Amino acid sequence: MIKTKFNYDYYLRKNTLPHIWCPGCGDGIILKALLRAIHKCGYSKDEVVITSGIGCASRLPGYVDFNTIHTTHGRALTFAIGMKMYKPKLKVITISGDGDALAIGGNHFIHAARRNIDMTLIVFNNYTYGMTGGQYSPTQPLDSFATTTPFGSIEPPFDVCSLAQAAGATWVGRSTSYHAVQLEKFMVGALTHPGFSVLDVITNCHISYGRRNKMKSPVEMIKYQKEKAVPARSAENMSPEELAGRFKTGVLFETKDKPEFCGEYHKKLELLKTK
Amino acid sequence: MSKNIKLMQGNEAVAEGAVIAGCDFFAGYPITPSSEVAEILSNKLPKIGKVFLQMEDEIAALGAVLGAALGGAKAITASSGPGMSLKQEHIGYASMCEIPCVIVNVMRGGPSTGLPTLPAQSDIMQAKWGTHGDHAIIAITPSSVNESLYETIRAFNLAVKYRTPVLLLTDEIIGHMREKVVIPDKNEVEIIDVKLPDVPPEKYNPYNYTSGKVTPLAPMGEGYRYHVTGLIHGETGFPSQKTDVIQNAQNWLIDKIYKNIKDIEKFEEFQTGDADILVVAYGSTSRSVRQAISMARAAGIKVGMFRPITIWPFPEEQISNLSKKIKKVLVVEMNMGQIILEVQRAACGSKVYGLHVANGEPITPDQIFAKIKEVSEN
Ligand SMILES: Cc1ncc(C[n+]2csc(CCOP(=O)(O)OP(=O)(O)O)c2C)c(N)n1
Ligand code: SF4
Ligand SMILES: [Mg+2]
Repeated sequence: MIKTKFNYDYYLRKNTLPHIWCPGCGDGIILKALLRAIHKCGYSKDEVVITSGIGCASRLPGYVDFNTIHTTHGRALTFAIGMKMYKPKLKVITISGDGDALAIGGNHFIHAARRNIDMTLIVFNNYTYGMTGGQYSPTQPLDSFATTTPFGSIEPPFDVCSLAQAAGATWVGRSTSYHAVQLEKFMVGALTHPGFSVLDVITNCHISYGRRNKMKSPVEMIKYQKEKAVPARSAENMSPEELAGRFKTGVLFETKDKPEFCGEYHKKLELLKTK
Repeated sequence: MSKNIKLMQGNEAVAEGAVIAGCDFFAGYPITPSSEVAEILSNKLPKIGKVFLQMEDEIAALGAVLGAALGGAKAITASSGPGMSLKQEHIGYASMCEIPCVIVNVMRGGPSTGLPTLPAQSDIMQAKWGTHGDHAIIAITPSSVNESLYETIRAFNLAVKYRTPVLLLTDEIIGHMREKVVIPDKNEVEIIDVKLPDVPPEKYNPYNYTSGKVTPLAPMGEGYRYHVTGLIHGETGFPSQKTDVIQNAQNWLIDKIYKNIKDIEKFEEFQTGDADILVVAYGSTSRSVRQAISMARAAGIKVGMFRPITIWPFPEEQISNLSKKIKKVLVVEMNMGQIILEVQRAACGSKVYGLHVANGEPITPDQIFAKIKEVSEN
C-alpha cells in the first residue's frame, strides 16, 4: 500500500484538460472516485492499464496518467483480455458506457464474465447514448423518452448486475455518482477482487437523458439517484411494489469459489513445462 | 547441417512460421478453411509458454490480439470469409494506432457465407479497402506451403518494423494442400523483435509523423505510459482536430508504407526476358500459370509471368516497366476481376486481358493456355 498522501494532480494528465464532459455530468465524479480507489489499492501508475470503448464515459482514459487505451465501440474488454493474458501482472480496468458495455459490447461482457478473468469493468450507466445525443440504450427504463423513443420506450431494460452475475462474474456491485464515498469503497472492492468484477454506476446525463425525462438539471438527476437507490439490505424487506422504479445498491454478489481464468491458464503452462 | 524437411499443410506452415517468428499470442474464432491455424497453435503455443485464446467472435479475437500487441506481444489471428468482414473495424484501429499484428486470411468464396470449403482470391480489394478511411496496408500472397512459412515470418517482421497490420492472404488450396517444407532454424532467418524505445519514458512520444522514421511501440507496463486512441491523434497520442495534425497523421499512415516500398515489395519474375505476353498472377493461381507457360512455350508462344508476393502495396513500378517491353498482359485471378484494375493502371502502355474464374475450382493450366492462345492471336 502506498502511504503517500493522495493528490488528484499526481494522477491526472493536466495537459489534456479541460475534459469534454458537459458541466454537471456525473462522469467526473466517477473519475475522481476511481483515482482515489486506485491510490488506496496502492497500485503504481505503470502497472495500471485502463481500456475503454466509445462514448462520453469512454473518454475517461485520456485524462488519467496510466497505460490507457481508448478502443472501439463495445470492444474494450477484448483488448483488456489480450493485455491481461499476455501480462498477467498488470491491473486491468475497463471503462464502458451502458450502450458500450451492454448493446454493442454485450457479447464480450457475458464472455468476460463467464471466463471470470481477473479484471474490473466499471459501467457508467446513464440510461442513454450520451455521446450520440440521447438515443435509447439497453438500460433505459420502460416508458422513458429518448431521441429514438419519442413515444416512450417499450423495451425492457437490462439489469447490469443480474446479467453479470448470471453470466459468471464473481464480484458484482452497484453504486451511483451521488454516493461518491460508497463508490470509492466499492471500487476498491472490485479492483482487489481476484476475478471478474463488475461495478454498475448509475450516473447522470441530464443533457441527453434528463432533459427528455423531467430532470433537466444535474441537481434533479442527483436527487433521483439519492431517492431511488435502495441499499441491498433494506431491499430484502421491501415488496416488489415498493421497489418499483428503484434500484438496489451495494455489493450484490461476491464469491471466491470459481477459478480465475488467467491464473488457470498460466497454471496450465507451468504444468506443461514440467512435462 | 542436415535439413529439417517436413510434409505439411499450408495452414500448418503458417502456424510453424508464426512460432519461428517468435509469436507470443494467438486469438481467433473458428472458420473454414482457416481453423487448422488455430487448432495447431492451440497445441504449439502453450507448450512454449505462450498464449492461445479462442474468443467469442472475430472482432473479439482481433481486439485481444491488439491488446496483447500493445503489451509488446507478437500476435496473430486467422480467419476467412465472413470472419474477415467482422475483423475490418479492428484492422482500421490497428492501422490508425499503428499496432503491429498479423492477420491470416485463408480466402474462400463469397460474398457472405459463400463457399466455405472452396477457394477464391476474392478478398484482394477487401484487404486494401475493407476498413473505412484512408490508410495503407501490407498484404502478402504466398503461392506454396513452403512460401507460407517464410512469408509468415516476413509478415511478423514487417508488422513490427512498420507498426502496421499485415495481412497474409492464402486461400483454401494453399491452406489445405500438403507439400514439402524446409523448416529453418531460428538463426537462419531474419527475425525482427519488439524493442523498447531508445529514449527514456519522459521523452517518449508513441507516434512520429515527421522524421520519416517509425517510432518503436513501447510495450505497455514497462514504464512508458501513453495513450492510444482510434481518434486522429498527434504525436503524443492524444486526440487532435487541428488541421495540420490531421493531415500529417493521414499522410504518415500512407507514407510510412509507400516510401518504404523497396523494403516491403517482393515479387518473382518467371521467364519474362523474351516474353511477348506477360501473365500477372499470384497465390495458388500462379501455380497453374507456371504450367500453362510451359505448354505455351512448347507451342511456340513466348510467355512469362510476374508474380507479386507482396500484393499491397502493389508493385506498380515493376508492372509499368515490364509493360514497356511486353505489349500484352494477361491477368489471371480466381475472382471476378480485382487486381486487374491495378494492372490496367500500371501497364498503361499495353493491352490488358483478364481470365477471371470464380466457380469454386482452381483455374486449370488448360484454361490458362487456351486464354494465352487467344491473346497471342489477338
Ligand atoms: C461501431 C460504432 N457504432 C456506433 C458508434 C457511434 N457511437 C458512439 S458513442 C455511442 C453510444 C455511447 O453510449 P454509451 O456507451 O452509453 O456511452 P455514453 O456516451 O452514454 O457515456 C455510439 C452509438 C461508434 N462510434 N462505433
Ligand atoms: S452528454 Fe451526458 S454523458 Fe455525455 S458528457 Fe454530457 S452529460 Fe455527460
Ligand atoms: Mg450511456
